[in-house]
Amino acid sequence: MSITELAKEPMVLTDPMLPTWFRVQSVRRETHDTFTLELAGPNDGGEFSFAPGQFNMLYAFGVGEVPISISGNPVTTDPLVHTIRAVGAVTRAMQKLKRGDLIGVRGPFGSAWPVMDAVGRDVVIVTGGIGLAPLRPAFYHILAHRNDYNRVVLLYGARTRDDILYRDELKQWRGELDLEVEVTVDSSVGRWRGNVGVVTKLIPRAGFDPENTTALICGPEVMMRFTIQDLLNRGVEKKNVYVSMERNMKCAVGFCGHCQFGSKFICRDGPVFRFSDIEDIFGIREL
Amino acid sequence: MNAASMNALLAEHPFFNGISSRYLDLIAQAASEARYEPRELIFHEGDEASEFHVIRRGKVAIEIFTPDRGPVAIETINTGEILGWSWLIDPYRWLFDAQAIEPTEVIAINAIQIRESMAADAVLSNELLRRFTPIIVARLQATRMQLLDLYHVDN
Amino acid sequence: MSSCDTKRPSRVIDRNALDDLLGTLRSRGYTVIGPRICDQAIVYDEIQTTDDLPVGWTDEQDAGSYRLKKRGDDALFGYVLGPHSWKKYLFPSAQRLWQVTRDGEDISLSPEGGEEVNRAFIAVRACELHAMAIQAKVFIGSEFVDPTYHVRSKNAFTLAVNCGQAGKTCFCASMNTGPRVDGGFDLALTEVLDGARHEFLVEVGSEIGAEVLGTVDSREARLEDQHTVDDIVANTVAQMGRSVDTADIGDLLKRNHANAKWDEIAERCLSCANCTMVCPTCFCSTVEDVTDLSGNHAERWRRWDSCFTMDFSYIAGGQVRSSTKSRYRQWMTHKLGTWHDQFGASGCVGCGRCITWCPVAIDITEEVAAIRRTEVEDATEPLKRGA
Repeated sequence: MSITELAKEPMVLTDPMLPTWFRVQSVRRETHDTFTLELAGPNDGGEFSFAPGQFNMLYAFGVGEVPISISGNPVTTDPLVHTIRAVGAVTRAMQKLKRGDLIGVRGPFGSAWPVMDAVGRDVVIVTGGIGLAPLRPAFYHILAHRNDYNRVVLLYGARTRDDILYRDELKQWRGELDLEVEVTVDSSVGRWRGNVGVVTKLIPRAGFDPENTTALICGPEVMMRFTIQDLLNRGVEKKNVYVSMERNMKCAVGFCGHCQFGSKFICRDGPVFRFSDIEDIFGIREL
Repeated sequence: MNAASMNALLAEHPFFNGISSRYLDLIAQAASEARYEPRELIFHEGDEASEFHVIRRGKVAIEIFTPDRGPVAIETINTGEILGWSWLIDPYRWLFDAQAIEPTEVIAINAIQIRESMAADAVLSNELLRRFTPIIVARLQATRMQLLDLYHVDN
Repeated sequence: MSSCDTKRPSRVIDRNALDDLLGTLRSRGYTVIGPRICDQAIVYDEIQTTDDLPVGWTDEQDAGSYRLKKRGDDALFGYVLGPHSWKKYLFPSAQRLWQVTRDGEDISLSPEGGEEVNRAFIAVRACELHAMAIQAKVFIGSEFVDPTYHVRSKNAFTLAVNCGQAGKTCFCASMNTGPRVDGGFDLALTEVLDGARHEFLVEVGSEIGAEVLGTVDSREARLEDQHTVDDIVANTVAQMGRSVDTADIGDLLKRNHANAKWDEIAERCLSCANCTMVCPTCFCSTVEDVTDLSGNHAERWRRWDSCFTMDFSYIAGGQVRSSTKSRYRQWMTHKLGTWHDQFGASGCVGCGRCITWCPVAIDITEEVAAIRRTEVEDATEPLKRGA
């Protein structure tokens, strides 16, 4: 007999650890250590639907697998787009992929940015570094449904001018009359004429109504900590602040235990969390 | 510009929020309008800090000149912010360069005059220090975050 | 009530019949796995007959110590627990997940997990049945199903045994997971050794259990046999070496994340991961990718991992839990606290293995008590905190 009642229940047995093979359409350099992969699905780019904020597990043949957020357009899901920072063996192997190479994909996994709940409200996106990549799908969604939202603000901080992701798109968005897009860099040498300073410095003068604002934040944990504080100082409610968390992941389906964050599994309960749901554990060191 | 309209300009700025009209008049008397073109130096490291600026519109870079890398921008000060606090602290010398990077309109306030008034009036002194301290703390905090080099990952 | 009936022994068998029963299981295609002595410990491995069981042996356990000892009788199940748990059969310590071969433009993926070995687990204790049910929630209880765990648990036959004695590191009674088995088995035995009498009272937990039992000689259980089980279990409860006060335990640990006790534990903890290896519910794993020399054949393996290892929490930039303190806190807070939030039950079944097999004798029951005690001290003696 079954050891538990659970084993008796009929279920569809698709092994969640098995990748599907996608083909690399293009590898584009973004900055000195980041690049964007465009991938076509197994059946000549079949549908891959995902919600903004979700991630995939990408497998480099023989090297390993890493969680990477999806950074393409959720409205037009072909090709599947990932922006990756080359920081380890797996991501460096991915950086060397060529058009036509195969890559394993599992996903999409995880929770999403609350783009539906934010309808009718001001949306303030605060991101730093490669944190812009997981937020780009949310921004695409908002652009595609611009009339559903009130004021839309994107505040982005990068290390230097040369580390700015999606430069062309940022320029284009900055030119739109119904978007407030501000970019700042932590340090600047030479030709940069834009903002210098941490991204939180942009918050006090951004145009939004705190009481009617949904804020989406993604970046290094310290940056998110200060960003949350500044948003709360301006009067945004905790329940309307969302963050995307990062932890080690080996499976993305709650088996491997690596991504635990207090009682949460980042892979299943996150990566996007409502701040008020994790407020108690957010600041605990080494959790 | 007449005194009344300068007074009104200052009163609009959040920095002077709630300050008594007597002090606003006093500050207005020390104030004048100025405009800087992109790349124009507003003040220079080491020079006497004889004024501070209320940025009405524009963007100013606080820079430090390095022999090997040239001018490095530490931060930018934007519309609605206050530029300069070295005039408050002995030896009253600028610690950095300030350069306009956009066409920038400011209200320049004669700091020597204000300093003298503060020395004679503890209440004014307190009013201004109370307003400047959060600015200094916020810049310190921002600088600390910059020091962390958050976006950098060692490979 | 019928649920009550299933908790009563209905038949009685002797050792010969038990051997016949093992034979029946084998003839039905089961690989029969049970306790046997290996390297001076009782471990789980394939067995043929009751002769392979640790006949006449028992184990003496305490924090950081384990030794086998002769009992002076012929008890088959007169020991408590060894270092192994059944998780090694349901969630193998190393398992190939898939292999893939690349041939020019083509790529072919071969999944694993189609294994159809049926295993009969012999002498599963109450705490272990609970541990299996707890792990099942991890691997087959959500929208994602681990095919290996699913197949192996679905096909397992479970012959449980009520504990006739408790060890010094046992605390199942306080965790409500034993010592009496209360479900999740096919057959459950209670060993009775009384002078010349050596019998096994049998409870039936499933249809297949009844079928298997039906193939061997047995007699009907009498009312006094039922009392015998109650007495034996009561005696075991009375022997229970340790206990945990579980009241409010999840919140207790969560609100004590900054308790100085964690630093004290960290001074002793070697971060060796023994506790997680012997724990019957610990489920953490890592994956390893390997290739052959040609680079065209790759495999992905899953291996047991432990939250005590440094790499466990690695993210680009460093380890989230770099101190031993944070790793021990993670393990214990998860096991006893956040597990409730995740899976609706405690992750601890009170088997005591983590205490016995800790090389420096760290005792989870003591540490819970210490956290509880120091919190009370903190609350009641504010002056002492400053000292």
